[in-house]
Amino acid sequence: MPAAADPVPTGPPPTVPSGAPTGVPAVLATVPEPLIRARGLTKRFGRFTAVDAVDFDVAPGEAFGFLGPNGAGKTSTMRMIGCVSPVTAGSLSVFGMDPHTDGGRIRARLGVVPQADTLDMELTVRENLLIYGRYFDLPRREALRRAAELLQFVQLAERADDEVEPLSGGMKRRLTIARSLINEPELLLLDEPTTGLDPQARHLLWDRLYRLKQRGVTLVLTTHYMDEAEQLCDRLVVMDKARIVAEGSPRELIERHSSREVTELRFAPGVQESLGGRLDGLADRVEWLPDRVLLYAADGEAAARAAHGRGIRAESVLVRRSTLEDVFLRLTGRSLVE
Amino acid sequence: MALRGALRIVEHDAMVYRRTWRGGIVTTILGPFLFLASMGLGLGGYVDRGGSAAVLGGVSYLAFLAPGLLAAQAMQTAAFESTYPILGRIQWDKTYLAALATPIGVDDLVWGELGWIAVRLTFACGIFLIVMAGFGAVHSPLAVLDLPVAVLTGLAFAAPIVAFSATQRRDSGFNAIFRFGVTPLFLFSGTFFPVDRLPEPLQPVAWITPLYHGVDLARALSLGRVDPLPAGVHLVVLVAFAAGGVALARAAFRRRLRV
Repeated sequence: MPAAADPVPTGPPPTVPSGAPTGVPAVLATVPEPLIRARGLTKRFGRFTAVDAVDFDVAPGEAFGFLGPNGAGKTSTMRMIGCVSPVTAGSLSVFGMDPHTDGGRIRARLGVVPQADTLDMELTVRENLLIYGRYFDLPRREALRRAAELLQFVQLAERADDEVEPLSGGMKRRLTIARSLINEPELLLLDEPTTGLDPQARHLLWDRLYRLKQRGVTLVLTTHYMDEAEQLCDRLVVMDKARIVAEGSPRELIERHSSREVTELRFAPGVQESLGGRLDGLADRVEWLPDRVLLYAADGEAAARAAHGRGIRAESVLVRRSTLEDVFLRLTGRSLVE
Repeated sequence: MALRGALRIVEHDAMVYRRTWRGGIVTTILGPFLFLASMGLGLGGYVDRGGSAAVLGGVSYLAFLAPGLLAAQAMQTAAFESTYPILGRIQWDKTYLAALATPIGVDDLVWGELGWIAVRLTFACGIFLIVMAGFGAVHSPLAVLDLPVAVLTGLAFAAPIVAFSATQRRDSGFNAIFRFGVTPLFLFSGTFFPVDRLPEPLQPVAWITPLYHGVDLARALSLGRVDPLPAGVHLVVLVAFAAGGVALARAAFRRRLRV
């Protein structure tokens, strides 16, 4: 764990029981009540611990991300927030309510975009939205009105009366997002919203999510794409092996855990293994990946020149800014997408 | 929310049915006709001439057979509706997961699906009963009660089978249900001949299956020969199977979906 001497507001320390509106210290009274508060939140399946005592707060109106590789515990955390998976230990409050006792009332105010599509193949595009509206107890007429509006919003209006199956992956994702908005949720949970989509479909989705955020919808999303996290998230936590290993805005995380720039060196086969210690001291930090070497330095060009000066000849040299991928690598020693 | 949530699921299933009913409606109407004509009149003509009156209690084979077929059809309809559609929604399309992200709860799913199956049974058995009356196979006004009895018989199968379906990941288990459950029961539960014609060791087997109780009760009503004690036992057994099935289904749904 990095030293916790940062100015990021994290709410009261974990020893304070959550969800207790009385006795809140006066200094915290001006801080808006978090929409989601987790303290020591834990999920176990038998002897396997999927989420291990994590703490986080999500404030109203922000876009909050869980960044981590597959199996880090992101989905389990989301399912607990969505009140479909019971909390094993620790405390969780959503809208100030307890998922265990108020699951139905919390879900009434949530929108959920699950990782795998759960669209109803037995119904048409429009009927998918209509029945979902009915699950939220909307009158039929109102559900149909919102369905038409949402199909416009996700650019599926002309497919309204088609079956779901022939839709492309991107269209299905957009329909799932439209469905999640039928109850005009205050909080939208998105589990890997763009996994498996082509770049164009991803950008369209990001644009729609950005518009929702502009309207004041709180977004909580999981992703293992660092560009998605950087594009969409005001603040995020990095998860690895069931735990949160860092928290902050994308920029804060990069500043705190990586250098400003990175120089990527790729070598002809066999050359990288023969370099030995010849790269030592060229940068703040040197990271050896199977297919390339990363030099972390404030000035990437200078690092590249210094390597060249030592007679090191790479097949390709790329100088770029640090990303969340580098943060993740630094914190866990592994890549996000394996 | 309890009843309202279940009604939303019924509404969902009705919405699906609205798109697919044309495929099944012909069988629902034609089936009773064909069965009653071929087995009731055709085969029945031979049975009645063969001195069967003593065995069948002095009624025509058609009148004996029809209420039995009604109950057996309820079982078949219920078995089908509680297998593939349930597995599809739980495993293939995962639409239950989508529903559970809304205020709908796990119990709403169980009650809603069984509620819809009850609607389907009412419809299919109602048609059967009308056709039956048209054939002159009804001997008593009490036959009206055959409708709720047939629906209850269907639910006595539907509830436990829904529970079973909720434990499955593939549809291969359904073959066993139809091959070793539905088909033998259809043939040997007193539908086509009285259970006391079965070899002695097999008779108790018939008694513990719900179909025998549904058949016997439906027959007693349509012939107007209701004996309160056995009728009460029949009802208790059917309700017990339905109630036990509901308890199992609720547990199975919870285990499968609330992880």
